[in-house]
Amino acid sequence: MSPAAPFPQDRTCPYHPPAGYRPLSEQGPLSRITLYDDTEAWLVTGHAEAKALLRDPRLSTDRQNPAFPSLAPRFEIARRVRTALLGVDDPEHNRQRRMLIPPFGVKQVAAMRPRVQHIVDQLLDAMLEQGPPADLVAAFALPVPSMVICELLGVPYADHEFFEEASRRLLRGKTADEAEEARKALMAYLGALVDRKSEAAADDTARGAMADGPADGETVPGGAAAGDVAEGGGGMLDDLVRERLRTGELDRDELARIALVLLVAGHETTANMISLGTFTLLEHPDQLAALRAEPRLVPDAVEELLRFLSIADGLQRVATADIEVAGQTIRADEGVFLAASAVNRDTAVYPDPDELDIRRNARHHLAFGFGIHQCLGQNLARLELEIAFTSLFARVPDLRLAVPPDQIPIKPGDTIQGLIELPVTWGRA
Amino acid sequence: MRIAIDTDRCIGAGQCVLTAPRVFTQDDDGFSEVLPGGLDGAGDPMVREAARACPVQAITVADE
Repeated sequence: MSPAAPFPQDRTCPYHPPAGYRPLSEQGPLSRITLYDDTEAWLVTGHAEAKALLRDPRLSTDRQNPAFPSLAPRFEIARRVRTALLGVDDPEHNRQRRMLIPPFGVKQVAAMRPRVQHIVDQLLDAMLEQGPPADLVAAFALPVPSMVICELLGVPYADHEFFEEASRRLLRGKTADEAEEARKALMAYLGALVDRKSEAAADDTARGAMADGPADGETVPGGAAAGDVAEGGGGMLDDLVRERLRTGELDRDELARIALVLLVAGHETTANMISLGTFTLLEHPDQLAALRAEPRLVPDAVEELLRFLSIADGLQRVATADIEVAGQTIRADEGVFLAASAVNRDTAVYPDPDELDIRRNARHHLAFGFGIHQCLGQNLARLELEIAFTSLFARVPDLRLAVPPDQIPIKPGDTIQGLIELPVTWGRA
Repeated sequence: MRIAIDTDRCIGAGQCVLTAPRVFTQDDDGFSEVLPGGLDGAGDPMVREAARACPVQAITVADE
């Protein structure tokens, strides 16, 4: 038997899976891999096997399990502290998730369309006014989801430089200590934010009672909790403080840990999809032309880009019991990784999977995962991507790369995939 | 055809609504439900596709 392939590997082309994953896919749906710390684990590259495993309760996401596989040194910190949502199994996961579902519902997200459009328009106004060239990551791809998640959660966007930088160190820090410092800084920040919201909610209740105003717990219009977006009022965290913290269903620490996951996942992932999606469309001019000619194709194009790019490329699990799959046995306490980039290019599901085809039916891709942990914010992500691509290519019809494609820096294989910068230009520059 | 949704299992992903919007919707809390008159699938060929897309298998489609 050949030695287990190293995992993860870096992409060489930003939108194709690492070259070393292809031979693994070809040898079967499950392969042995070696992690940075020389432990071995399983890599799932088959679509059917990935779906079955992601809904199998014998695969755990409990990152405090000593057997939980580690992708890079910084993941060691996950053993020290409890990670909300994506780090816990049912029933704890279900209890947390059910409190968070309403604002991410299909109707609730659809109602955010005018706000997301406004944010996108403002950022494009500013970028065009500044003139070419621009780094599309800094000018557009990152601020769009960052502003949107701030507004949804009720986090002041004025603090974006702090939490974006801390998120970067959490997701790409070289050492466990660096990631730990970043996590502590984010937790301190979000804990203080929760405290401010608790005080505002208490003030509102007191004021409401004194003035015989709105019923207990309701927001007083113009009150502190209903404050404007720049101040971070009137968001989902404010609702959670009123409806879950004050009732004792959540404590301050758990709410801050949930807020951390929502804030980080809410901006990093979509930012990478916007920048990498734009790059990919620019590198496939026929597909971009088709998209421009037929705007009704945008939702399908977004699904295809989600499949094709598979930016969350390496979902982690640990087996809590022996699991038979595809003629192999995953033993209890073995680590399992799911390579979304390989799974989403399984030829059994997608003909010509290495072709970007915005007209293809890309449904059933696992870019948002599958099972109980499937992305909570997926419909918000779809909305942001639809609006971002539509508006960007409409407002900047001659958008193009400002440097040769092979000079664009890409993120390493052990984190969310994407571009570090995307230098673009337009007009006669 | 008879559609049933296990709302205790539903995680509000909305895959059913995206796949078969003539049959599935979400209630005000973001959990899936069948639109009025849709419990028999309303002849929509996408119903089974929607059940398959559900990440937690909360939808069952029984033949009658």
